[in-house]
Amino acid sequence: MSAAPKTRPKYYDLNLAHLPPPGLVSILHRISGAALFFPLLPIALYILHVTLGSQEGYDRWAALFHRPGVKLIVILAAWGYAHHFFAGLRYLLLDLHIGIEKVPARTSAVIVLVLGVVSALFVAWYMWSIQ
Amino acid sequence: MKRYTKHPVGAHYGTRQWLLQRLTAVVMAGYTLFIVLALVMHRPLNYPAWKSIFSEMWFQVGTMLFVMALLYHAWVGMRDILMDYLRDTTVRLTAQFAVAFVLLFYLVWTAAILWGR
Repeated sequence: MSAAPKTRPKYYDLNLAHLPPPGLVSILHRISGAALFFPLLPIALYILHVTLGSQEGYDRWAALFHRPGVKLIVILAAWGYAHHFFAGLRYLLLDLHIGIEKVPARTSAVIVLVLGVVSALFVAWYMWSIQ
Repeated sequence: MKRYTKHPVGAHYGTRQWLLQRLTAVVMAGYTLFIVLALVMHRPLNYPAWKSIFSEMWFQVGTMLFVMALLYHAWVGMRDILMDYLRDTTVRLTAQFAVAFVLLFYLVWTAAILWGR
């Protein structure tokens, strides 16, 4: 009686721009979380290790942070952390049944996306201000 | 109308992990605010200031607690991701083992950075 299962067409819409804001927040929360686990955390630990280790190590990294490419990576990493942070706060509120309706959930998703970018801009300002 | 009561099966560790992932998130969020505040207050940053932040006992303990919370939080999160995308049990369990090993490595490394010299 058991026939071979029908092969169904598969279609993955990988274009994130098609997602509504809550969906975008969700997938970016997942991607940023994975990126924080690897490679961002070991990189951060390595920098902490070297910069706390000696004045020379600190100076070496202080010089590296002057490079635009390194600044860009730090800003991207900060954006990933901030997005994960604010998206996580939003999920905590949703878990408490706060803002769970469609319209407020969409609004809060947009706020999370904006706050992530604002935090990245703040880190950019900080890096240029300490020179 | 017949009503069904769902009988939950399993060891219930899913609920516990779900809750602990959120509790660890709150711990890490608190630490995040502290370190942002510390960095802003010590601006412009230099080696003695950077060193003094991390030589404070409470900050060392806070950093260690942060990484311990992160260990559990990231374990639950990475396990969720691996369960979603890796269907083959052998591959998934190998990946989970690698994640657990890496997380323990981070924990020990953090302790070494904080108190290793």
